[in-house]
Amino acid sequence: MATGTRISVVPLGAQHPVLPEPVALKLSLEEEKVVDVGITLGYCHRGIEKAAELNDFKQNVFLCGRVCGICSHHHTTTYVDVIETMMNIEAPERARLIRTIYSELERLHSHTLILGLIADAMGYENLFMQTWRDREIVMDLFELMSGNRVHYDVNQIGGVRRDIGYDMVKKIDKGMDALEGKFKILSKSYLNDPTFKKRTKAIGVLSKAEAHTYGVVGPTARGSDVPEDIRATGDSHYAAYNMLHFTPQVEEDGDIYSRVKVRVRECFQSIDLIRQTIGHMRDGPIAVRVQGKPNGEAVARVEAPRGELFYYAKGNNTNNLERVKIRTPSYVNIPALRYMIMGEEFAEVPVIIASIDPCLSCTDR
Amino acid sequence: MSIIEKSRLKSPWLLHFDTGSCNGCDIEILACLTPRFDIERFGILNKGNPKHADVLVVTGPVSKRAKERLKRLYEQMPEPKLVIAVGTCACTGGVFHNCYNIEQGIDKVIPVDVYVPGCAAKPEAIIDGVITALGKLQKLQEESHKKKGAK
Repeated sequence: MATGTRISVVPLGAQHPVLPEPVALKLSLEEEKVVDVGITLGYCHRGIEKAAELNDFKQNVFLCGRVCGICSHHHTTTYVDVIETMMNIEAPERARLIRTIYSELERLHSHTLILGLIADAMGYENLFMQTWRDREIVMDLFELMSGNRVHYDVNQIGGVRRDIGYDMVKKIDKGMDALEGKFKILSKSYLNDPTFKKRTKAIGVLSKAEAHTYGVVGPTARGSDVPEDIRATGDSHYAAYNMLHFTPQVEEDGDIYSRVKVRVRECFQSIDLIRQTIGHMRDGPIAVRVQGKPNGEAVARVEAPRGELFYYAKGNNTNNLERVKIRTPSYVNIPALRYMIMGEEFAEVPVIIASIDPCLSCTDR
Repeated sequence: MSIIEKSRLKSPWLLHFDTGSCNGCDIEILACLTPRFDIERFGILNKGNPKHADVLVVTGPVSKRAKERLKRLYEQMPEPKLVIAVGTCACTGGVFHNCYNIEQGIDKVIPVDVYVPGCAAKPEAIIDGVITALGKLQKLQEESHKKKGAK
């Protein structure tokens, strides 16, 4: 520390208007510049991994969905995938297509949610309200398809629980048309607005080398020129992604603006993927019978809206699993947050936090 | 009825706190504030400061770490205050009932006035919960007036 400079410590959280979830940040400030950050987690720790050992392996689908309310379908998909791999079950094609539709709709709802919150964090309330108004189209589709807006619980081991009828498919198609039109207007505000650019360009920069060092995943990695997308690069047998055509959306700069740009483009990509999936839909069974008990070990990887979601499970030929390990994308991205915040102005901190889309209920489990 | 009591009924301010929920109820509370449901037509605003808040909206099954925070937020709020438990896990612990790190419901830590069930609680149910809580507040105010009149 240079002589004459005073360091003041500002606590942010655990309860703070800008944070929808509890996380405590201890910011050391030198005038307005952040020189050090301490991040305290654990306010949301419930002990789901232990609870998953106490339940029946079929009940766990519902428990794993409740790890996170925003990406609940991806959690259940990863869990059923890990059990299906362990028990050598192949879900029918129609079930995998239905899973894909839910996954992409969930990505749409998650990305619009965080884009709105980024706008809110910088005080652009109008854009936040408009984004969330258009997000209701996706929520209506969820309510139509599953009966619930947040936890859809459509997955079961060996397939899905609910079919998507012809009239629903038509409504999804109509909804996608409406959403595309609205997003085209909204994306102008996100990508071309001079105020928005000023608050996001060259702020919270994570270079490609640092992205590799911290091992970040998802849109945070793709915003730093790391073309990592499990849907395209991984063993994407978990849904029907091997039947669809798309490329990962990558940006080079690594600042908040590139992460926003990646998310905006992924919204359009998701709309396109849903249309492709609907084109592949053929009649058929939506689930297969599950016999026997899980035995052995398995892993599964899924591209959740925030990045790579990883599950490990070990069975011992009983109804209860011996171990379930959940590694969530936010858990990987949060250490990089410290690097992004250091050296920035205090006023930029909420926007930087929102830009990596941290999900603390995922992180703490 | 004093002007403060009247404005408390006409424009209650919320304080939202997440005690380890899965985010499902939190995004539904946020959705309440946005144009589709627009809770502001009842004069309801979401404020971050416990010292300005009339209604504490709590989600989540109360993890051991969030428990102290919740107690402190409740104590910082001015009287009369209302607490709404949003979501099944805020009411009883729900799907997390056998987790080792949770308190199984808000009412184990602070007194709760209104329970809103549902996993996740729908925005309509949350709005209904807030309106029910306001009815309770009005009753409390009338009772305190009667007591004063009897004296």
